[in-house]
Amino acid sequence: MTDERPDPDVLLARVQRDEARHGHGRLKIFLGAAAGVGKTYAMLSALREKRAGGTDAIVGVTETHGRSDTAALLDGLEALALRSIVYRGVQVREFDLDAALARRPQLIAMDELAHTNATGSRHRKRWNDVQELLDAGIDVYTTLNVQHLESLNDVVGGITGVRVSETVPDSIFDAADEVELVDLPPDELLTRLHEGKVYVPAQAQHAVDNFFRKGNLIALRELALRRTAERVDAQMRDYRDGHAIRDVWPSGERVLVCIGSGPTSERLVRAGRRLAVTLHAEWIVAYVETPALQRLSPQRRDAVMASLRLAEELGATTVTLSGPDMSAEILALARAQNVTRIMLGKPRRSGWRRWLLGSVVDTIVRQAHGIDVHLLSAEPRAQSAIPETYFDRSRLYLGIRPERRRITAQQRRAYLWSIAVTAACTLVATVMAGHFDLSNVVMIYLLGVVYVAARHGRGPALLASVLSVVAFDLFLVPPYFNFAVSDTQFLITFGVMLVVALVISGLTANVRSQAKVASHRERRTRVLYDLSRELAAARTEQDIVKAVVRHIGGEFEGQSAVLFPDSAGKISYPTEDGIQYSFHGADLGVAQWVFDHTRIAGNGTDTLPGADGVYLPLVGSSEKIGVLALLPVNLRRVFLPEQQRLLDTFMTQAVQAIERVRLAEQARVAQVAAETERLRNSLLSAISHDLRTPLATIVGASSSLVEESGHLDPKARRELSHSIYDEARRMTRLANNILDMARLDAGAVKLNLQWYPVEEIIGGVLTRLQLDRHLVNVSLPENLPMALLDAVLIEQVLENLLDNAVKYAAAPIDISARVQENVMIITVADRGPGVPKGNEKRLFEKFERANMEGVHGGAGLGLTICRAIVVAHGGRIWAEQRADGGAAFHFTLPLEKTPPAIEPEYDPDAAAA
Amino acid sequence: MPAVVIIEDDAQIRRFLRTALGAQGFRIHEAASGQQGLVETATRKPDILILDLGLPDIDGVQVVRELRAWTTLPIIVLSARSQEDDKIAALDAGADDYLTKPFGVGELIARIQVALRHRSAGVKDGADGIFSVADVKIDLGRRQVFVADCEVHLTPIEYRLLALLIQHAGRVVTHRQLLKEVWGPSYVENSHYLRVYMGALRHKLEADPTRPRFLLTEAGVGYRLSPDEK
Repeated sequence: MTDERPDPDVLLARVQRDEARHGHGRLKIFLGAAAGVGKTYAMLSALREKRAGGTDAIVGVTETHGRSDTAALLDGLEALALRSIVYRGVQVREFDLDAALARRPQLIAMDELAHTNATGSRHRKRWNDVQELLDAGIDVYTTLNVQHLESLNDVVGGITGVRVSETVPDSIFDAADEVELVDLPPDELLTRLHEGKVYVPAQAQHAVDNFFRKGNLIALRELALRRTAERVDAQMRDYRDGHAIRDVWPSGERVLVCIGSGPTSERLVRAGRRLAVTLHAEWIVAYVETPALQRLSPQRRDAVMASLRLAEELGATTVTLSGPDMSAEILALARAQNVTRIMLGKPRRSGWRRWLLGSVVDTIVRQAHGIDVHLLSAEPRAQSAIPETYFDRSRLYLGIRPERRRITAQQRRAYLWSIAVTAACTLVATVMAGHFDLSNVVMIYLLGVVYVAARHGRGPALLASVLSVVAFDLFLVPPYFNFAVSDTQFLITFGVMLVVALVISGLTANVRSQAKVASHRERRTRVLYDLSRELAAARTEQDIVKAVVRHIGGEFEGQSAVLFPDSAGKISYPTEDGIQYSFHGADLGVAQWVFDHTRIAGNGTDTLPGADGVYLPLVGSSEKIGVLALLPVNLRRVFLPEQQRLLDTFMTQAVQAIERVRLAEQARVAQVAAETERLRNSLLSAISHDLRTPLATIVGASSSLVEESGHLDPKARRELSHSIYDEARRMTRLANNILDMARLDAGAVKLNLQWYPVEEIIGGVLTRLQLDRHLVNVSLPENLPMALLDAVLIEQVLENLLDNAVKYAAAPIDISARVQENVMIITVADRGPGVPKGNEKRLFEKFERANMEGVHGGAGLGLTICRAIVVAHGGRIWAEQRADGGAAFHFTLPLEKTPPAIEPEYDPDAAAA
Repeated sequence: MPAVVIIEDDAQIRRFLRTALGAQGFRIHEAASGQQGLVETATRKPDILILDLGLPDIDGVQVVRELRAWTTLPIIVLSARSQEDDKIAALDAGADDYLTKPFGVGELIARIQVALRHRSAGVKDGADGIFSVADVKIDLGRRQVFVADCEVHLTPIEYRLLALLIQHAGRVVTHRQLLKEVWGPSYVENSHYLRVYMGALRHKLEADPTRPRFLLTEAGVGYRLSPDEK
């Protein structure tokens, strides 16, 4: 019996998807093959039905194009007012997203999913609006023509000759909950067109005539039907997976699409997606950055980026490889990723050049064992120069403003250098010409060309080789100052020189750009390493933010800021001071949107592209952390795929670090809470014992006094009063200790450090305690220095130590002090039973007593308080057994600072004497 | 019959003071708040005031300041432990003495008597110009000091310090007051001077400087010359 249970992971994923969808609106798309098939009509009819069924359904935006039957459907439907946007002096009316979100209907109709919003709207595309509506839990009905689907865009363009620029990502279409195909046979559509029932803009009459040919319409209808069928197929598979009907194994295919910089890339991406979808395969789109490709103009690089972005939108994983050998890199990636099919564009080199120099395609075909290779033919019209409009489209796609290419001062200097080197060579060659054979003289020029090629690159090297040939001919080959060449063998010299110049400049340029790539890569690794090291060392969120902002500033050449939400989830400006790379004036509105929707927004994206900066959500493993606001000098630095990945890594690391710090903080708080709890419990039990005992005496004795009716003799009365007094004093000491402990624990004690003679401190304590005169011996050396201490607290230490000594030992107590190195050691020693062995340390813990069953009272806080006070002074305290019996408690006070000087007093009597 | 006003918000402490002081023959007037206390003091014209520093309405130190604006009436402040700063502030604001809760009745009555004596006699204490405590005799007229009838030499500062403590005998004098009077206003922060000279005085006058009998330290607050040997 085969295992027919559904895969638990798959089921889990489905549950999660369903959960994610809970509270998420449902999307229904009315798909049509072409304009005029009746999508809007179908949508509005469905909306009316829903409304009749009691759903709160409204019309968000709709285009009736003046058709009366469609317009009639709007009757009695609530329609949102459109928002007026003035853009470049022209008033445009657009869908009002905020009004729709505020209105919160259950269902909203949004015509024309592919519509591009006017500049000034929140999102660039209407499908972004629709996503936000869905996120807000509003169901959406929308309409779409098949030609607007991203992956079919080029196919439709090929069929009809009309390419539309407004497209909708396939992911939106695939994620739709329902797709209803609005089908109309081509003949009927044509009839409707002739009856004027299809909206045709006046200025596009000719194009429309071309478009609405029967052949086109049949093809479009087929596309629409097939695309819908694909969806149905996917649903079917989904259903079977969910119900363990599995007799078809997943294909396990993986497609690698390799793109270059030409316009074929976009077609390759689309074709790759179609292949991947048909195979139900994962697909990867790779771009190999060879040194040669690095020399491309920014426009061409933008085009590559646009293709990669398109691939990501279509669901591919994108990879940017770099290396000198394109085919080797591609094959290495293919092997690493277990790719089963590679898709490439047809070789651009042809004829003898392909034969001579080889081609990437040929190498891959030869070396790709076990991998199918698919070749995509080049578009015939793309063979020649790439149309400028293509680049414009890329830029539009990326939201990058075009930049003018300029020859920099450095480049100009390089060309001047090549002229200067050639001139110098000519000078040397002219001197040599009389003595050496011309074929040797030519070597001087070769040397010059090699130098220029190595130093200044390809352009200057070409210039140098051309100049060299010209100079050689003019000045050294007879007839002089004339281009006529008498000896044809020099033609070979010219040719060789040119080739050498080209080869050497090419080689050095390759080496240099590889070195550049390598150094880039190395720098990126270093930056990541530095960041992770710094993040690992960071202890506070503030440190993390600073490290991240500084590294992003260095790596992406821009300012940035990490914005955190307040307790109410509102993004607010950081309160701390910024650092050099801080992005001041980040748009909190955009940041809030990004935080709420956990989606990227801002400049160069589809959402709120009018903002200055780019805003990226920081999402942790369990919660949303905040928003990274980035204001790059150049958007290219952020949107280059490898840079984007680097930024992603930065953000992941930052998020992890922040989470780590937060977790550590939580753990610390929890630990402190647990410790506090433990202490509170021991305190309670200690107090309940130590307070109850004296209280019992007090209550008992005082009640005897209160209730007596003259039968107590004066002696008994005095005794009772005495015990009340003694027990009350005992409780006072306990209460003081508990209070002190609490204050020391809470860090509420600020030391009032002053210079004191120790003698005075000891004197104060002894006076206060009123101990028996013979009980205590004080021995202090002469000229003992003053110590910096808090008198009240150190008196408390001595008092507690003396109290202990008196409590536990009846024998005489010795107090002494001495200076050892840079500390003063004060000792209180007794002749009692001493310290229990091994318990010397535990004595200073809270609620510890030398003898737990002791009858001496006190909550065992005395020594703990002593330790806290001494430690606060920067000293230490310890207990030890005296050699000749008894316990000795020592504590130190630092003597690092010099006591302040005392001006000697002028004493006239002493002077006279 | 000396009259005393007690400003204290705790009813139990008021009751105990009333009983204890009443037994000593004082006329007692009570106030539970600072405002009420100020009114009581103004209307009853007492001989002495006992003021708790932790009042619910006004800061006790503020009460001292307001009273000192119009009366020299002796004020004894009551304060909790760990309120050294408040004690010093109250003393510097013009309070005559302080007691830390909890305290015994004997202590309180001793303080009250010292304060009353100072009020009636002022600095005339030891009108014959001789002040003696334990085996120490100070001839204020001749500026001579004897310990067990042997003259002891004091430096001018030591003498000024001792004379100032004698002038306030029985009452606490804050570090600030001593420094200001003996060394001058610019020395009020240099309390180590005071400690060094007090140490010297003790060595010259006390039998055992680690167990002073009359040159007493009030930790964190100041010094007190106890007229009765401890």
